[in-house]
Amino acid sequence: MATITIDKVSRWFGNVVAVNDISMTIGPGITGLLGPNGAGKSTLIHMMSGFLAPSSGAVTLDGAQIWRNQEVYRQIGLVPERESMYDYLTGWEFVLANAELHGLPHPGAAARRALDLVEMAYAKDRRTGTYSKGMKQRVKMASALVHDPAVLLLDEPFNGMDPRQRIQLMELLRRFGADGRTVLFSSHILEEVEQLARHIEVMVAGRHAASGDFRRIRRLMTDRPHRYLVRSSDDRRLAAALIADGSTSGIELDAREQALRIQAVNFQGFTTLLPRVARDAGIRLYTVSPADESLESVFSYLVSA
Amino acid sequence: MNPTVARLTLRGLLGRRRGILLLVVPALLLLVSAIASGTEGSEHTLATRILGQLDLGTLVPILGLVVGTGVIATEIDDGSIVYLLAKPLPRWRIVTTKLAVAIGTTWVLAGIPTLLCGLLLIGREDGIALGYTVAALASGAAYSALFLLLGVVTRHAVVAGLGYALIWEALIGNYVSGARTLSIQQWGRAVAETVSGADLSAEVSVGVAATLLLTVTVAAAVLASVKLAGLTLAAEE
Repeated sequence: MATITIDKVSRWFGNVVAVNDISMTIGPGITGLLGPNGAGKSTLIHMMSGFLAPSSGAVTLDGAQIWRNQEVYRQIGLVPERESMYDYLTGWEFVLANAELHGLPHPGAAARRALDLVEMAYAKDRRTGTYSKGMKQRVKMASALVHDPAVLLLDEPFNGMDPRQRIQLMELLRRFGADGRTVLFSSHILEEVEQLARHIEVMVAGRHAASGDFRRIRRLMTDRPHRYLVRSSDDRRLAAALIADGSTSGIELDAREQALRIQAVNFQGFTTLLPRVARDAGIRLYTVSPADESLESVFSYLVSA
Repeated sequence: MNPTVARLTLRGLLGRRRGILLLVVPALLLLVSAIASGTEGSEHTLATRILGQLDLGTLVPILGLVVGTGVIATEIDDGSIVYLLAKPLPRWRIVTTKLAVAIGTTWVLAGIPTLLCGLLLIGREDGIALGYTVAALASGAAYSALFLLLGVVTRHAVVAGLGYALIWEALIGNYVSGARTLSIQQWGRAVAETVSGADLSAEVSVGVAATLLLTVTVAAAVLASVKLAGLTLAAEE
């Protein structure tokens, strides 16, 4: 069990503040670091992986400072965003070299195990320069996993991967998360984070915008309008009863969907109001589904906030 | 020394187009020497011109530049250095291993051709061939270390290295005598003069030259280790 702690960390480059007073704890399981391009995700990952010093604050792994401490790499596996990886080596030579550099007692066995884990043994004798993007990503994963690290840091791992490769990598990461490893990956693609991580850390313009379960994050923001799609035994009567309460700010009768589109201003107020109103009016609720539960809507709210 | 770092460095250095470029330098020296050996005139003058000006003055620094920057700057530029640095491996071991590969390569590609050219041009006379060979080895080591350091501290290592070799040593060194005191080429010439016993117009004493050659090599390795330990990978965002 390994935990990365980011304590009041800022990083600036000249006059530009890339990371602004961020505190967070990354523990076992999968954590998604979400934010648009330029949000400071890579800067933060570089600090977590010991390749950038914080301008202020501290980044530690189980209490040990990461910057200028090469011993932390016994516990950290890093999958960088850049693709360059000694293109003149074969996949086998590359992963084996990584195992040797870690000083493992049986580097050959470790390299074989890592390549099997990412299902790249079949292409291990090809030069990495001839690999597709997805294959490179998996061999990079193998090199990061060769010493069986407790922490895995991945910077935009899904960039440029096709859907099949993406699913494979997600399955792999899920396994690592389930094993109790601390897995952190960054992404600006909302669906990726949504599919893989329940726990997210959101960065916007260098700031820590939100943290926690992605559904809960939105619910914490009680002043944000929420949209619901509701189907009932009498949509018109239900609409009339709901609009009388201050928890809703707008109701639309969607003829095509044969449903009500409701905009609630008060999340908690609306969730207690709807079943009460329906029961009092003798209306049966068939469907109550959030229309904007996707991370995209959460994210666009955070960005515009 | 770390054998894995050495293996990766050597393959990176001798592979790609750089490997061919590295062979061109000694081939050029041998070709010029072969042509010159057939001409008439003083063997001594011819040998000191070719070995002193072309070899020690131009080809050894170019070789040192290509090799010294090639062992590390390329990996820093393309980001693959991260696979070496994200390991529990002391930075000084990475630097000393890469420096050993650089010096070894420079010695093979500068030392052997220098000796062959010297023998071709003047035979064993005056010990000139041996003198310039030792000078090529000593200055080749210092150039390798200096340019390796440049590869760690600046993204423009080749330009900075060319600036030193061509502008400082070759141009300014020709007109300003003080500049010649701070010139690896001149330190090498002092070594050649001492080993051969011939007058090769060295500007500094061999004691000063040897001390400075050693100081530059060791100091560059230490500084490169310190700089590599704090190497920052700039965010791409």
